[in-house]
Amino acid sequence: MMGLEAFLGFASIRARKERESLARSDAAASDCRTAIPSSLPSDVDPLLFPTPRGGDSPPPSSSSVLEPPSYADVVFGPFESSNGASDQGPFLRLDASPRSVRAVASDYRRIAVSDPQTEVEASNSLVPGGTTYVTYLITTLVRPGSDDAGPEFSVRRRFRDVVTLADRLSEAYRGFFIPPRPDKNLVDSQIMQKHEFVEHRRLALEKYLRRLAEHPVIGKSDELRVFLQEKGKLPLPTTTDVASRMMDGAVRLPKQLFGEWAAAQVAPQDIVQPAKGGRDLLRIFKELKQAVVNDWSGVKPSVVEDKEFLERKEKMQDLEWQLTPASQQAEALIRSQQDVGEIMGGLGLTFIKLIKFETEESVYRSQRIRVADTKNVATAAVKASRLYQELNAHTVKHLDTLHEYLGLTVAARSAFSDRTSTLLTVQTLMSDLTTLNTRVEKLEAASSKIFGGDRSRLRKVDELRETIRVTEDAKSCAIREYERIKKNNRNELDRLDREKHDDFLSMLKGFVINQVGYSEKIASVWATVAEETSRYARDNN
Amino acid sequence: MISPETSPPRSSSQSPRSPPAAPFLYISVTEPVKLGNGVQAYISYRVITRTNLPEFQGPEKIVIRRYSDFVWLHDRLAEKYKGIFIPPLPEKSAVEKFRFSTEFIEMRRQALDIFINRIASHPELKQSEDLRTFLQEDEETMERARSQETGIFKKPADLIQIFKDVQTKVSDVVLGKEKPVEETDPEYEKLKHYIFGLEDHLAETQKQAFRLVKRHRELGQSLSDFGKAMKLLGACEGNSLGKVFSELGAKSELLSIKLQKEAHNLLMNFEEPLKDYVRAVQSIKVTFADRANAFRQHCELAETTKLKEINLDKLNLMRSDKVREAEMEYRELKSESEQATRRFETIVRLMNEEIVRFQEQKTADMGLAFHQFAKGQAKLANDIADAWRSVLPKIEACSVSSQHG
Repeated sequence: MMGLEAFLGFASIRARKERESLARSDAAASDCRTAIPSSLPSDVDPLLFPTPRGGDSPPPSSSSVLEPPSYADVVFGPFESSNGASDQGPFLRLDASPRSVRAVASDYRRIAVSDPQTEVEASNSLVPGGTTYVTYLITTLVRPGSDDAGPEFSVRRRFRDVVTLADRLSEAYRGFFIPPRPDKNLVDSQIMQKHEFVEHRRLALEKYLRRLAEHPVIGKSDELRVFLQEKGKLPLPTTTDVASRMMDGAVRLPKQLFGEWAAAQVAPQDIVQPAKGGRDLLRIFKELKQAVVNDWSGVKPSVVEDKEFLERKEKMQDLEWQLTPASQQAEALIRSQQDVGEIMGGLGLTFIKLIKFETEESVYRSQRIRVADTKNVATAAVKASRLYQELNAHTVKHLDTLHEYLGLTVAARSAFSDRTSTLLTVQTLMSDLTTLNTRVEKLEAASSKIFGGDRSRLRKVDELRETIRVTEDAKSCAIREYERIKKNNRNELDRLDREKHDDFLSMLKGFVINQVGYSEKIASVWATVAEETSRYARDNN
Repeated sequence: MISPETSPPRSSSQSPRSPPAAPFLYISVTEPVKLGNGVQAYISYRVITRTNLPEFQGPEKIVIRRYSDFVWLHDRLAEKYKGIFIPPLPEKSAVEKFRFSTEFIEMRRQALDIFINRIASHPELKQSEDLRTFLQEDEETMERARSQETGIFKKPADLIQIFKDVQTKVSDVVLGKEKPVEETDPEYEKLKHYIFGLEDHLAETQKQAFRLVKRHRELGQSLSDFGKAMKLLGACEGNSLGKVFSELGAKSELLSIKLQKEAHNLLMNFEEPLKDYVRAVQSIKVTFADRANAFRQHCELAETTKLKEINLDKLNLMRSDKVREAEMEYRELKSESEQATRRFETIVRLMNEEIVRFQEQKTADMGLAFHQFAKGQAKLANDIADAWRSVLPKIEACSVSSQHG
């Protein structure tokens, strides 16, 4: 795996290359429709805020206080989100966000989800007539070693495939903060077909896949590659349904109840998988018992969590608790902003209708003056409304970061629980070993009292010794897994802390700059009207 | 508050002995105070009159008036000055709870102030005796005058009018004229069409304006909640990034207050003038009705007079001794008919003048409202820009410091 420093360096090279090519082609830059900060102090790390308009910005001052950017620096235009089936223009969001810099390092240059189609399920069920489901076209541009365009892949996937991908990833990459997948929606199929829902899901899928691709480890996973590139049926083992697992478990149950670990034939490497459903009933009982012992008895298990981890875990939980209302309030704010913009537009239109009416019936000079005044206000209102809507589109993009990190705290929780459950397995196995060893001792002691040895007891001891050996192997595996997950946790925590700082800062900066830019523009629109109508205020006094 | 008229009235009311100062009449409606208890509670206002006009009792007079007093004045003027667009009153409040809210009281006070000053600056209405009564009489006299109007026992003149209306209606049916007579003047038709259409458009605009006020309030609330959440997030983050969040949160809360202020400004200086415009248009519709009535009376009396004339001629030819009686009746009827015609023609003349005044006044009123609206929105947007801009230095400081991390 790439060292993180090398990864950053690699990304910064790419960012600089993009800046240069962008400075050359201003036309390309003008296509880019996002807020771009300018006039930055020269000592700011270009990695964080590369200035796309290379030569355009004025020489930055050496002071640490940023010159307030006037709205001229903000590029106004309809926000080009992933609305619609295809992105127009260059996909790479050439804004200064650290996200885009990280995206540049991913194996995939571009992932797009489009063209939802309804297909009929070939049903082998008893119910006549098929149910329908929706498939999405997923196009991927792979980034090879160089900057040239790589091969493009197109596959069709349904949501169930996405669930499978997510499940396989969570099994294979325990301890990692895996971006959460879009929600299932357990509503009836009528609603599933509705255009709005499909569109909403399409966007969510696109976001999800892009985030997976950006993850330094998961982005390079086979699972993702196979999902994005293998045509036809998704070649990943599907999530086994509960029923078959129950059957599985029921068959094994007698063995488990009457035998020991060995009889259950659990391979050591299987031990590292969390105990699931019917299959591992006995193991679940044992681990539960261990958990209770951990909590309630005075005896501390020999392997415990380190303090530093527990602190960071608590911090993460804190973050989750704060991000939940923050994300909700951000959403509410956006909605309110949207409402103001809409009503402003409605007001403008009502005025326009009034103007049309009065113009038809105009008789008096004073009427015509009034119509002219009303026209100014109506035009301003419509302009302001459009600006509000644009501002909002940008705000959505920025404040979405809150929601994204909320998702990551949930992913972190899952990664931590991987660790906890593995630790519990280790602790349980160690308890088992202690118990087994004690039994061996007792049996040997009892046997030695009998002259010539107790053959049945000795046979028992041999069996137990065999069990101990197997359990020792399992314990080694579990410990290795635990260490592995611990390492993953730590790396991910470091990565999250670092990226969170950058992303939050970028979010705040983008949000603020946008608000400033658009507010100034709106102010100037109204200032013109105020000036044009100022004589009424004078006359009044 | 609309400034009172400062130019001299057309009809000179200066006595030869008074100094040649410009005549003025300043009225203000102030200090709403809640009086009474429970169901009978009401708001009283201080009405202060400052004038140098000789018809008034003195240079300054302060009286206490309530909403129903204003209604009395309005109704009296509407009765006496048919043809003139009487300035509209703010509505009675439909919802009990809302009646004593600060906002409603302020809106009403402002509207009443505008109302009384419009009367004071109207060339005809300002000379009304009822206006002087309203501005100067003590509360008891006012109350008596007020209760007279609403009493069951109406004045004799009213009874006669009611009787006459019934009479004409009956005669209409008898004569087979079920459809009321209407003017066919095309310009008047155009005006009616204009006024009715205008009311619809204005009502729609006023509704939108009111919704805009509400949305401003909601945005203010969202900003406040958002600010709080940002502050908490900042506390959780800690270090310089946390400070940025806190600053953002603080600014957000500050802007929330500014939004509530602008919402109030929008309500008082943009939405209310639009509502006032709607009321004014509705007042014009009342004048339409008056004119229609006057026209009908004029037509019918003219008709009846003609019939009486024909009858009189007949009697004359027959040399009947009923001639004298008939002649007296005819002369009475003729003078009534002439009066009705004069009343109608006065209304037409007044209306023509009033329409011009109305258009001019509304252009001025709306111009001012637009100005206030635009000014308020510009200021709000600038405040928003300033508040967010002030966060930038902290953001920069944070990103610079993070380089050394």
